[in-house]
Amino acid sequence: MTNALEIEGLTKTYGDGFQALKGIDLHVAEGDFFALLGPNGAGKSTTLGIVCSLVNKTAGKVRVFGYDTDTHLSDAKLNLGVVPQEFNFNQFEKVFDIVTTQAGYYGIPLKQASASAEKYLKKLGLWDKRNTPARMLSGGMKRRLMIARALVHEPKLLILDEPTAGVDIELRRSMWTFLEEMNRQGTTIILTTHYLEEAEALCRNIAIIDHGKILKHTSKKALLQQLSLETFVLDTEKTLDSAPELNGFPTRLDAEGALEVEVEKGQGLNQVFVELERLGIKVVSMRTKANRLEELFLRLVEENAESSKAVEGAA
Amino acid sequence: MTPHALFTAFSTIVVREIRRFTRIWAQTLLPPAVTMTLYFIIFGNLIGSRIGEMGGFDYMSFIVPGLIMMAVITSSYANVVSSFFSMKFQRSIEELLVSPVPNWVILSGYVTGGMARGLGIGLIVTLLSLAFTRLSIHNLPMMVLTVFLTSALFAVGGFINAMLATKFDDISIVPTFVLTPLTYLGGVFYSIDLLPGFWQGVSMINPILYMVNGFRYGILGVSDVNPFVSLGMILVFISVLSVIALRMLERGKGIRH
Repeated sequence: MTNALEIEGLTKTYGDGFQALKGIDLHVAEGDFFALLGPNGAGKSTTLGIVCSLVNKTAGKVRVFGYDTDTHLSDAKLNLGVVPQEFNFNQFEKVFDIVTTQAGYYGIPLKQASASAEKYLKKLGLWDKRNTPARMLSGGMKRRLMIARALVHEPKLLILDEPTAGVDIELRRSMWTFLEEMNRQGTTIILTTHYLEEAEALCRNIAIIDHGKILKHTSKKALLQQLSLETFVLDTEKTLDSAPELNGFPTRLDAEGALEVEVEKGQGLNQVFVELERLGIKVVSMRTKANRLEELFLRLVEENAESSKAVEGAA
Repeated sequence: MTPHALFTAFSTIVVREIRRFTRIWAQTLLPPAVTMTLYFIIFGNLIGSRIGEMGGFDYMSFIVPGLIMMAVITSSYANVVSSFFSMKFQRSIEELLVSPVPNWVILSGYVTGGMARGLGIGLIVTLLSLAFTRLSIHNLPMMVLTVFLTSALFAVGGFINAMLATKFDDISIVPTFVLTPLTYLGGVFYSIDLLPGFWQGVSMINPILYMVNGFRYGILGVSDVNPFVSLGMILVFISVLSVIALRMLERGKGIRH
C-alpha cells in the first residue's frame, strides 16, 4: 500500500540557529488516522509546516502519496488539505467566499467549487452562516470553517494542527465524529493535539516527538501495551478524608475526592476489593482513568529530558 | 495543473482582488477621485488660467495626462502593497502557499488585480477631467500601451514592497518618500524645458518622467522624451522587477520560515 506521507531525515534549523528538527523519519499509511504528539516546541508544527510548504526545510525528503515535494510539489499539494493551528483566513471575507476562493486556488471552477463548498459547509453546520463575514463567527465556527476550506478540493490527506484547541467539549465530540466519518470514507488524517484523550479516542498510529526527535513511532495499541500501570478511579459511598493504605496498591485522592488506585499488569483487581472490604470502604462506581496515553506520554518526555540532560552533562 | 486549472487559479486571485477594493470603495476609489478633482479645480482652473500655455496647450490640457498617470501609478502600487501585506499580516497568504498555484500565477494575479484598480481609477479620473477640458487622443495605441505597462510596473513594485515589509510602516515609506516626490518631479505639472540645463539632466534619470511623457504623447502628441524610449524603459523595469519578485516568492522571503 502507498504511504500517504513519507518523511526521511528531515531537519530544520531556523535563522537564529535553533534546530527544530534533528533528522526525523516518519511514515503514515494511506487510510490511517495518525497522531503526532509532543510538548510545546517539540517540532510538531515545524514538521507539518514543511509538509504543507509553509516552512522551508533544511534537509531531508518529504513525499505525499509518492510525490516528492522537491520535484512534484504541485501534485503533492493537490493531495493535501491543511487545517492550521491559528486562524489564517481573511476576517473580512464571507464564509462562502473563503471556501470557494480556496477551491479556485486548486483550479476548481466556480460552479464545482460552490457545490463542494455547500456540501462541506452543510456537513460542518456552517451553511446558515455562508454570507457572514468570518470575523463574526465564534471560535468553534472559525475552526470548522478552516476544516471546510481544507476539504473543499477533496484531498486524500488531511492534516490538522491542534484542530480542537479552545473548542468546547460538545463541539469537540462532534468534530471527532466528523473526522472519524471522513477517515472511514478513505481520507488519511494526521493530527497534532494537546488533548491526548483525543489521540487515544481517534488514532490508530502515533508518533511522539520531542526536541526535534521522534521518541516513539508505533501503533496506539502497541504503545498502550507498554503501559504496565493502569489507574482506576473509585467513587466511594462515604467521602474519604485521606487515601487509605492498600497492600501493594499505591493510592491517592483526586481533586473531587474520588479514590485513585494504581494497579500493575498481572496484579488483578480482586485484591483491591479485598483490601477495601477489609477497611470497610464501599465502592459505588468505578472507571479507568481516561488519559492512559497521557501517562505514557509524560513518562517518555520526562525520560527524554533526563537523557538529554545527561548528554549535555557528559559534553 | 492543467492550463484551464491555472487560468481558474489566476482568475480567482484577480476576482478576489477586485472584490476587495470594490468592497472598500470609500477607501480605494473615492479618495483619488476627490484629490484629482481638487487638482483640476485648483491647478487647472484657478492657477492654470494665469499660467497660460505649456507645451503648446492650455495648462489644464497639459496636466490632465500627468494627473491621470499619477492616479494610475499610486493606485496600482497601493492596491498590491496593501492587499498582499494584509494577507501576510493576517496569515491568509498561507491559503495560497499550501495550494498548488505556481509563483508566476500568484504574481500575475496580484499584478492584474493592481492594474484593475489602477486603470479603473485612471478611467474615473479621465471621466472627471472631461468636466474641465476636452480630451483629444493623438496616438491611441501609445496611450493605452503606456498606461497599461506603467500600471503593471508599479503593481510589481508594490508586490516587492509587500514581500519585504514586516510592519505597516514599511508599506507607506516607499509611496511617501519615493513615489510621491518622483511623480511630482516627473513632469506632471510642468515641461522640463522650463528647468535649467542641470536639472533637466537630473530629471532624465527619473523613470516616472518617461511614463508621464509617454502617456502625454499618446493624448496630446507632445513629449519631453522619445515615447518609444519610454516604452522600452518600462518594459525593462517590468522584466527586472518581475524576476526579483519571482525569486523572492521562490525563496519565500518574508512569507515562509
